[in-house]
Amino acid sequence: MNYLLEVKNLYKSFTLHLIDGRTITPVCDVSFSVAAGEHLLIHGRSGMGKTSILKCIYRTYVPTSGTIWFQSHQFGRIDLSRADERIIIDLREREIGFCSQFLRVLPRVSALDTICEPLYRQGLDRTAAQEIGREWLRRLGIAAELWQASPMTFSGGEQQRINLGRAFIARPRLLLLDEPTASLDETTKQVVINMIRAAQREGTAIISVSHDLTGLGVYADRQWTFPSR
Amino acid sequence: MSEQWLLRVEQLEKHFGPGCPVCRQLTGPTTGRSRCPRCGTVWACVDVNLQLHAGEVLGIVGESGSGKSTLLQMIYLALRPDSGHIWYRESDGQLRDLTTLNRYEARLFQNTHLGIVYQRPELGLNMRFSVGGNVAEKLLLAEWRHFGRIRVRTSELMNKTELLPERIDDEPTTFSGGMLQRVQIARALASHPTILLLDEVTSGLDVSVQARVLDLLRRIQWTDRITMLLVSHDLGVVRQLARRTIVMKNGHIVEAGLTDQILEDPQHPYTQLLVSSVL
Repeated sequence: MNYLLEVKNLYKSFTLHLIDGRTITPVCDVSFSVAAGEHLLIHGRSGMGKTSILKCIYRTYVPTSGTIWFQSHQFGRIDLSRADERIIIDLREREIGFCSQFLRVLPRVSALDTICEPLYRQGLDRTAAQEIGREWLRRLGIAAELWQASPMTFSGGEQQRINLGRAFIARPRLLLLDEPTASLDETTKQVVINMIRAAQREGTAIISVSHDLTGLGVYADRQWTFPSR
Repeated sequence: MSEQWLLRVEQLEKHFGPGCPVCRQLTGPTTGRSRCPRCGTVWACVDVNLQLHAGEVLGIVGESGSGKSTLLQMIYLALRPDSGHIWYRESDGQLRDLTTLNRYEARLFQNTHLGIVYQRPELGLNMRFSVGGNVAEKLLLAEWRHFGRIRVRTSELMNKTELLPERIDDEPTTFSGGMLQRVQIARALASHPTILLLDEVTSGLDVSVQARVLDLLRRIQWTDRITMLLVSHDLGVVRQLARRTIVMKNGHIVEAGLTDQILEDPQHPYTQLLVSSVL
């Protein structure tokens, strides 16, 4: 089978130089693969290193050892754990999306510009990008009177919807979702699940970390329980 | 990759003082010193390597005295390095080593290709000239000769940097701190430089003024896609503007990476200390 992403023997350790150089290893010998259009859901106890795996793939964390092979449109088969920073920046703009658990936005930037930012980065014309952005804000149920306000003033659920919109809007080939349905009401949760399924039909591979086994978990192609240490 | 490097710094070094045989062993990040205890020489930049890509913002962070500003001054060609190279890729693809330029060539390059904004406005502006005069001076030095064009460009820049055009003839001494930074930005951008160098541009400003200057820089980056080298000791500023960051300590680069990686998974002990020290 041709996988879009293959993680092999991944380890991630943190050396805490400020606490006597103590080392902690939340990710220990992890291997899995995801094909295009597949949804893998990772669940398990909090603090076990599930998010660390996503961050290693996105390269917010530097993997300690192991390989993360990604089949890129632009660069061919590439090991994300060692790829040049410039390549990672390009991949983040065009092929790999990440929705973190908490929205971190630029202050004083409107919700519309925040959600459109990935499209601006791709070089899309501002008017065209905002047209798409408005459509996503509508779909995510963000009231039109809030579109020009900064998401920093939004409620937790609204922020999460903006966060999801930013990840989906650029149509990445691989989408990493950290607790995408946490803090959402049932209606919005269903909207998000539908967004995930639509992205899958377009061939996007999805790796989500979630405790929502009865909602999101039902629709995942595979579930993987992250081992407790 | 979509963009090639525009500027490449190779093994750049600068020291101030006579130097002695044991200087290098007694200074650097492992010793926590930039100044040699034996001869008093200060090693401001040692073996500095970096690449700046077209359209990107590269952040440089580090404590005071780590060599950030010295590095910026060398790239601005205001300070001659002791050794190393600064390669610049011209629009036709030709590479130029900026360290080999003579004084006249360096001055012309500075005025046509580079812009700089300092923390202290008096370093970047001529306080005896009007605001318009300051911008016009940069254009004259870049060999603009048509008075009408200079006037139009100055008005354009005042609009862009949100300065009232009717204050074009006022002296900088009559402006507030935040406005002076915007005048500096207008002057720096005057001749359409390819690289904008920013040296602690928001330090010393109150938060609302700081936010306005940052928003302006972000807007310029979005609209003009100008390449920026941003020196700051404020990690919040770097997080907002830069996608890649390098960390300096005692004249050395101790860590380089994606900004989110530097902030969330710092590797070097000094970077961990720096990140943990954010208020």
